Amino acid sequence: MLMGLFNNWVVIVLMMSGLYIVIAHGNLIKKLVGLTIFQTSVFIFYISMAKVNGGSAPILSENISLYSNPLPHVLILTAIVVGIATTALGLSLVVRLKESYGTIEEEEIQRQDNQQNQALNKERDK
Amino acid sequence: MNLSLEVMLQLSIVLPILSIFAIIAAGRYPNLREGVTITTCLILICFVSNLYQGLLSGETISAFWWELLPGLTISFDIEPLGMLFALIASFLWLVTTCYAIGYMRSHEEKNQTRFYVCFAVAIGAVMGLAFSANLFTLFVFYEVLTLSTYPLVTHAGTEKAKQGGRIYLGILLTTSIVFFLLAIVSTWFVAGTLDFKLGGIFADDVNPLITGTLLVLFIFGIGKAAIMPFHRWLPAAMVAPTPVSSLLHAVAVVKAGVFTVLKVCVFIFGLDLLAVLPTTQFLLYLAGASVLIASIVAMRQDNLKARLAYSTVSQLGYITIGALLATSSGVIGSSMHIAMHAFGKITLFFCAGAILVTLHKSKISEMAGIGRQMPITMAAFFIASLSIIGVPPTGGTWSKWYLMMGALEADQFAIMMILMASSLLNIAYLLPIPFHAFFPNLISFKQENQIPSSTGTSINTMSGLQIKEAPWPSLIAIVVTTLGCLTLFVYPQPLFELASAVLTGRG
Amino acid sequence: MITHLPILQVVIPLMAAPICLILKRPQLAWIFALAVSGLAFAISLVLLQQVMVSGVISYELGGWQAPWGIEYRIDQLNALMLLIISTISTIVLFAAPESLDKEISKDKHTYFYVLYLLSLTGMLGIVATGDAFNVFVFLEITSLSAYALIAMGKKKQAVWASFQYLVMGTIGATFILIGIGLMYQMTGTLNMQDLAQRLPEVSQTRTVFTAFAFVIVGVCLKLAMFPLHLWLPNAYAYAPSIVTAFFSATSTKVAIYLLIRFTFSVFGLSFSFTTVPLQTLFMTLGVLGIFVASISAIYQHNIKHLFAYSSIAQIGYMIVGFSISSVSGLTATLLHLFNHALMKSAIFLALAAVAYRVGNVQLDNLKGLGREMPWTMAAIVIGGLSLIGVPLTVGFVSKWYLLTALIEQGWWPIAVLILLGSMLAVIYVWKVVEIAYFKESSGAPVKEAPLSFLIPIWTLVIANVYFGIDTRFSVEIAQAAAQSLFGGGL
Repeated sequence: MLMGLFNNWVVIVLMMSGLYIVIAHGNLIKKLVGLTIFQTSVFIFYISMAKVNGGSAPILSENISLYSNPLPHVLILTAIVVGIATTALGLSLVVRLKESYGTIEEEEIQRQDNQQNQALNKERDK
Repeated sequence: MNLSLEVMLQLSIVLPILSIFAIIAAGRYPNLREGVTITTCLILICFVSNLYQGLLSGETISAFWWELLPGLTISFDIEPLGMLFALIASFLWLVTTCYAIGYMRSHEEKNQTRFYVCFAVAIGAVMGLAFSANLFTLFVFYEVLTLSTYPLVTHAGTEKAKQGGRIYLGILLTTSIVFFLLAIVSTWFVAGTLDFKLGGIFADDVNPLITGTLLVLFIFGIGKAAIMPFHRWLPAAMVAPTPVSSLLHAVAVVKAGVFTVLKVCVFIFGLDLLAVLPTTQFLLYLAGASVLIASIVAMRQDNLKARLAYSTVSQLGYITIGALLATSSGVIGSSMHIAMHAFGKITLFFCAGAILVTLHKSKISEMAGIGRQMPITMAAFFIASLSIIGVPPTGGTWSKWYLMMGALEADQFAIMMILMASSLLNIAYLLPIPFHAFFPNLISFKQENQIPSSTGTSINTMSGLQIKEAPWPSLIAIVVTTLGCLTLFVYPQPLFELASAVLTGRG
Repeated sequence: MITHLPILQVVIPLMAAPICLILKRPQLAWIFALAVSGLAFAISLVLLQQVMVSGVISYELGGWQAPWGIEYRIDQLNALMLLIISTISTIVLFAAPESLDKEISKDKHTYFYVLYLLSLTGMLGIVATGDAFNVFVFLEITSLSAYALIAMGKKKQAVWASFQYLVMGTIGATFILIGIGLMYQMTGTLNMQDLAQRLPEVSQTRTVFTAFAFVIVGVCLKLAMFPLHLWLPNAYAYAPSIVTAFFSATSTKVAIYLLIRFTFSVFGLSFSFTTVPLQTLFMTLGVLGIFVASISAIYQHNIKHLFAYSSIAQIGYMIVGFSISSVSGLTATLLHLFNHALMKSAIFLALAAVAYRVGNVQLDNLKGLGREMPWTMAAIVIGGLSLIGVPLTVGFVSKWYLLTALIEQGWWPIAVLILLGSMLAVIYVWKVVEIAYFKESSGAPVKEAPLSFLIPIWTLVIANVYFGIDTRFSVEIAQAAAQSLFGGGL
């Protein structure tokens, strides 16, 4: 049970730690790191899923009859590309946030936004 | 013109709505604009009376527009009750337009073009409502009427108008969407049709609990009938200019409400079913309470328009009662009361507006003695009051008579008592107004109202004042409707025939 | 050529995006993007017509046969969705240049059109494809371009909203990816139709339950279903106005499509609604969503926020219809999907016009606009009436269907709640109306929006009324789609 599903355990640990980082950390870079770990766990899930016991790399050869499934690998290549794009976009957003807010801490950004809203509300009440 | 009756039926709905383009186009030239409105009124009356002739000669007049949803059509069919309503609404539209010309100009209201446009749309909606062949069509026009009158209610654009508009729209939309729509959808589901049919559309084996609940939903949902506790919109709507209050909130909108109640009672439930439903009794007493409470509240109002509004709430209760009595006399009485009350109340509102534009008075306590300046107006007020109370020689007598008969037939003695008590209350809140207008120096009045000395002197000097009546177009309107009240007493036959044809089908 | 339409629908905008980049000049890029979007619209029309006449269209990508190769599959539901997306995209794009002039610096206009086309591609792709993994890819294309588009907003909050959306969106998409992976693990296929045939054999396994949970939660994140809606209001409010108009009408709708597709077609009706207690859950969340979001809308000071919350509430209606799990319930959802796209795009486009003239869309700045911008405000009023569900507007049609569907099942209390919910819509719509028509304007007077705004806005407004009166088209398609979903077909 424990060893037979070893790959799944790894995936779950990674997935949960990734999600935890996204939720618990206020630093935006750390959030993105968590997000990446989360995504990576899924990549590992797909890749390990494709492994067939005793199977060889899926390259056609005469003396091999059992192959690993190549399809999930191909799929996950796409997903990796998507993941990279997401990370890159996320990081560039962080840069712009730093430029305009002067911080990359979630709480600080929220505080500034709230302050601005309160200022707006006061103006309206006048 | 060689138009077929079907075309006329459709034109009478479309024409007012088409006329808005002409009204907008003529917006800069007030005389032309009002000319357009009057012409439209006249053509409409011509159509409607032709339709009336057609109905009398026993023709089936119906029209089908399109299928909005599968099985749910927008279609029209003329029957006596709708005919009666359409006749009154179209005729009084002409009179009101005449009145509005005098009123709006001398009151220097802004946005008069918008006013006439919304008015025309509202009348179009009323025509559609009156001629609708099924509940679905009726509902569509009911909502159009609500929305098109909102700009009229809030015409002044002030904070007060906004508040009034909020209540107006809030109550009318809430009741119609939450209760009325739910009732319609349920009826559609239970009965499988929404077509108006004499004797009702529900099968015999439908659980009376369901139909009873539906009846409550309908009566509550038709907020325009202003049954308490959903009456607040009507006094709130009094922020509108007086022509709006007179036509829409004494005739078109409120009568659309009670008309719908009558339609639902007679053509959806059918009198036989209505008489045995468990909830009818409850609703009857609710309407009765509405009649009494509104009358009592009316007595406490010092603002003339507010008093008239509560009086309307009370009178609408009569019509609902008549419908719920589920007897033929009740239905006849209700149908006739739609007409009688329309003429009476519109005259009263016209008078209130005339007083406002000429003497700038809206409070009843300030109106003592004005009978000398505005004798015609106040005489009209007196006659119309009599009609509302229901005493000869005015038309109101007949409808009250039939309502009483209906209550007797149904053995509803409590309702009879309510009707009588309410008539007494009517006397108490309506008659003192013209009375004090003509005889301001009665001691009892002075004691009650402790008029400050400044006002007192003005009353004394008033006797020397010249006669100063409302602008002549308005005055004509007042006279016409007052004569209407009197004529309906002497010659109620056509009305009676229409009203009694409601239950037998064609005229 | 005609046989290749399903793929052309997706590939043309995809190819056009980089070409836009080459064109460089914003004006050219705009004309090109408009032409491409128009072409997509034309293709979707032809596709719809073909589907209605001759049934489902199946297209094998690259000639590879279905379970192995990627299949593009267009049935009534897909065709309807394609039409909605491409129509709104084209109409909204008309007003783009003027609106962008005020909201985005000139050198970024070309990028805007590139991203716009990419996100259009993504949405069309999600709908057109019949392959589960393909869905994920297109979903990410849409999302990535959406994050970038939202971050283009004028205010600094836009970037923050975009970041939050990115985090939530990525989690949602990854959830879907996990779900798809688990399904593949159990069945060895990614083709939706194939999945639908093979899943029942293994439906009682925990893996399939897990897969279902991941997919549903992921999709619900994307469609901003209460309580997973928190990313939406800010994203809509701070995005450039054109983007809001486009997304409000399409992006959540696409997610609803996915929800329907996965529950009804892939997992199957009996699994989704009998084995899993989805009905109670979604019914509760849908109704809660209507109330919570509508009440939040009432307290907003920014009109875009207000209507964004209203969107969440409207999604609640669709979820309620969906959870009835009957043909009429699904018809109501699909109708509302179509109708809501018309209402919200009209309203948000009108707000874009307001932003163009006034500079922002704070509720206070609306004062007196009823007189100064009569046509724009009238459009908002009609859109608002449609939201409320007044007869002769599209909103009424979908409400009617939703009510009949509920009463058909005997769920009276829910029907009453739905109607009460639409009363809340009266309150927030009238809040806007009263400020626009009853307050004197405080600042300098503004002019009516230019024609480039008014024409698309009023096209949508007229559609709002037209489809509220002549319901044959929308009802027929929605019914056909719902029936085919219940017929077990894919």
